[in-house]
Amino acid sequence: MVMGSLAQETEVAIIGGGPGGYIAAIRAADLGKEVTLIEERESLGGVCLIEGCIPSKALINAVDLIETAKRAKRFGLNFGEVQTDLDGLRRWTGSVVAALTKGVAGLLEKRGVEVIKGRARFVGPNELAIEGGGVGTINFKHAIIATGSKLTELPPGYDQSVWSSADALKLPEIPEKLLVVGGGYIGMELGLVYAGLGSKVTMVEFFPSLLMGADADLVDVVVRSCKKRFASIMVDSKVVGLGKTAIGFAANIEHNGETSTLEFDQVLVAIGRKPNTDNLGLETIGITPNEQGRIEVNTENRTSVPHIFAIGDVAPGPMLAHKASREAKVAAEVIAEYNAEFDNRAIPAVVFTDPELAWAGLTEREAEEQGRKVNIGRFPLTALGRARTMGRTDGLVKIISDPETNLVLGVGMVGPHVSELIAEGTLALEMGATLEDLMVTIHPHPTLSEAIMEAAEVAAGMPVHINPPRK
Amino acid sequence: MYEFILPDLGEGIHEGEVLKWHVEPGNTIVEDDPLVEIETDKAAVTIPSPKGGKVISTNGKVGDTVNVGEVIAVIDDGSGTAAAPAKKPAEATPVKETAKPTSDKKPVEPTVAPVIGRPVPAAPATRRLARELGVDINSVPASGPGGRVTFDDVKNFAEGKPSAVPSGTPAEKAAKTPTAPEAEFAAHAASTIPLLDIEPLPDFSVWGPVEKEQLRSIRRKVARKMVTSMVLVPHVAHMDEADVTLLEEFRRNENERRQGKSDAKLTLLAFVVKAVTAGLRAAPRFNASLDALKEEIIYKKFYNIGIAVDSGRGLIVPVVKNTDQKSIIEIANDIRDLATRAREGTLEVSEMRGGTFTITNIGVLGGTGMMPTINYPEVAILGMGGATDKPVVRDGQIVIRKMLPLTMAFDHRIADGADAARFVTEMVRQLSHPNMLLLET
Repeated sequence: MVMGSLAQETEVAIIGGGPGGYIAAIRAADLGKEVTLIEERESLGGVCLIEGCIPSKALINAVDLIETAKRAKRFGLNFGEVQTDLDGLRRWTGSVVAALTKGVAGLLEKRGVEVIKGRARFVGPNELAIEGGGVGTINFKHAIIATGSKLTELPPGYDQSVWSSADALKLPEIPEKLLVVGGGYIGMELGLVYAGLGSKVTMVEFFPSLLMGADADLVDVVVRSCKKRFASIMVDSKVVGLGKTAIGFAANIEHNGETSTLEFDQVLVAIGRKPNTDNLGLETIGITPNEQGRIEVNTENRTSVPHIFAIGDVAPGPMLAHKASREAKVAAEVIAEYNAEFDNRAIPAVVFTDPELAWAGLTEREAEEQGRKVNIGRFPLTALGRARTMGRTDGLVKIISDPETNLVLGVGMVGPHVSELIAEGTLALEMGATLEDLMVTIHPHPTLSEAIMEAAEVAAGMPVHINPPRK
Repeated sequence: MYEFILPDLGEGIHEGEVLKWHVEPGNTIVEDDPLVEIETDKAAVTIPSPKGGKVISTNGKVGDTVNVGEVIAVIDDGSGTAAAPAKKPAEATPVKETAKPTSDKKPVEPTVAPVIGRPVPAAPATRRLARELGVDINSVPASGPGGRVTFDDVKNFAEGKPSAVPSGTPAEKAAKTPTAPEAEFAAHAASTIPLLDIEPLPDFSVWGPVEKEQLRSIRRKVARKMVTSMVLVPHVAHMDEADVTLLEEFRRNENERRQGKSDAKLTLLAFVVKAVTAGLRAAPRFNASLDALKEEIIYKKFYNIGIAVDSGRGLIVPVVKNTDQKSIIEIANDIRDLATRAREGTLEVSEMRGGTFTITNIGVLGGTGMMPTINYPEVAILGMGGATDKPVVRDGQIVIRKMLPLTMAFDHRIADGADAARFVTEMVRQLSHPNMLLLET
């Protein structure tokens, strides 16, 4: 990393070094562009790598082992009481993050991407001012805004010392009683981590169900599992006040118009993220973010200012690293005058709960909302050999297809390792696969992947390992 | 940048065929100057350019079908998004194979409600090929399962080659639906005389000079319709002759008597239309259609008789509506009006739709008879030969009578020879005895 010198010239300026920005930098450099990447943090990788997906998965993987060890009693194995060494766990997640951020820096260096530390702000249509870490300006031909998102501000009435997801990932302590505000994927994942490490977790969700966006039949399986691990799950509920007490926090929780006060040792607030589009000087180049604070783009990820692109969380769409990375490649290729377009048919969603939850394409709920007739094939893991051998039959795979054409329209799954299995479903959607394509493809036995083939067979009315529909 | 969308052509017309572009990409066009000529079922229409400016691209080659609502031309009228940087030649990289077209995508896409079936299924590499070739993938006929557009489909479409699976009318699709199991069909195909093995044409120029003409417009449409009808419909023809001596006398006298009136001259065809209408009322099976997929016969409770007209642009079939409610004079007037306007090309599309039975009167041009092809999805067609003086036997004597040869072809799926015999015999009886036409129709 070099300090910003007084004025620099570059072909492509990329603001932000997360899974959008650094991938755009690599692709643009590989296509022959001179690239400068500006990152505010000390290290590259963004929220995802430093305080999001990566450290959380390292923790979840560790906690999964505790659960597996408990389950192993059924297999005739007894590991006794698990001893947790918090320092060891912190070192483990830290080492994973460090290795990856170093890896990203190395990749950029090899490509000759210049990385500048600082905070970038547009001061003209082709000029960025860099603040912090050395003042300077960068003149660019093209710019990619990849500044990601940040946690939404705490609601009024919340004590400021509560944990954010970033705080919780640092494992400051294992509170005896932990309140998790927000039953989205972050709250659920971290709630399960702390529950696994011994906290009594209370989950409060404003909406009537957890993990909004996923189909209810899939979420139900996760909720059944979480009910065993959480002290309490409160949906349709709202934390209206959160004050500090001598020993921890007192939360005023409103449910059905009634407010009750509960005491907790610690509180994790995971109620969403908002795009980083403030203080970027967007007004000076004529870009106005929409009501959600997002920057509108076309399918080339071009903003209303044609030489400036926006990708990832600042652009519309789900705030997911893999969506940012795909958009990064599109923007970089378009800048290098390649014929690229974000024309993806499906952006998979993955939740690393236990069991895992994943879906891509049309959901059953969306089909209902659109009034669209669909064919649904569900295959329960109880009927799958591999799931039995793992002692993990809590899950199902479902395939949503068009009744006329048998085209696969959506794939949803819940169960162990479905975060891996969803890739096949996503490929099917991108390729325009039909049920037959999934049915005819030989799936290795015995594996969880067979559930996809089986679900396609159920959808086609030709199931093997479950009973056929009554005629 | 202005994207010109093919406007509504009226009367429920959803598509047209590109006859001629008045401009090429790169040309400059003045507002309201002719842009493109589109032929619809109705007529050729010249569509003027709604904007002036430089023509960036045109969509649809001559002979292609374009749909209402499709972008058919992009015109740089000085508005909107700046063009992307100049094109660059291809480089050796995994993703890029051809130069990139300028970016004229809308700067910001509004959120639109999902359209079922759009975008069409296609693999990412296929979608990229379509982008590179400037093809709207949603308008490429698909040959893959579930309507999947393949790599070859896009290539063929861009090169103007027919797709492996032509997009077709429901009728054509129905024609393609195999009635026997695929396996049985495969067994037939293994026969030494394959069912559907069409050999490529030989190179005729080996034997002498040839000239080639593209099959377009009405010619192409007739070709398609005739193949559909002949492949799909088991045709049977029933033939007879009507003794129209008395009718012709009556007709000639009436025409003389009515000279000077604005009405059309009475033609033999008008009488035949009336006789056919009476026949259809008595035998509703010939005024029907067969839905082979649903396995049901659709009886039509209205009588609209199509008249095949040699329009000069090709064969078209205007329809005389509600012939059961019209006098012979009214029918004659309608026929004159429709035929005139058919030749002028000023028929409305609605005047060529809704027929329930067709008459082709080829006899006026000569010939003793013909085997007509049913105007699918109708179920019968009547061919009129020329009425000529012939020696016939009446009461044991050879006499000269004016005989009109009639051939009715019908769809044997929904009617049998006996039905047709009764229908034609009754019609012959009426035409032979004009007083019956008067009394019974």
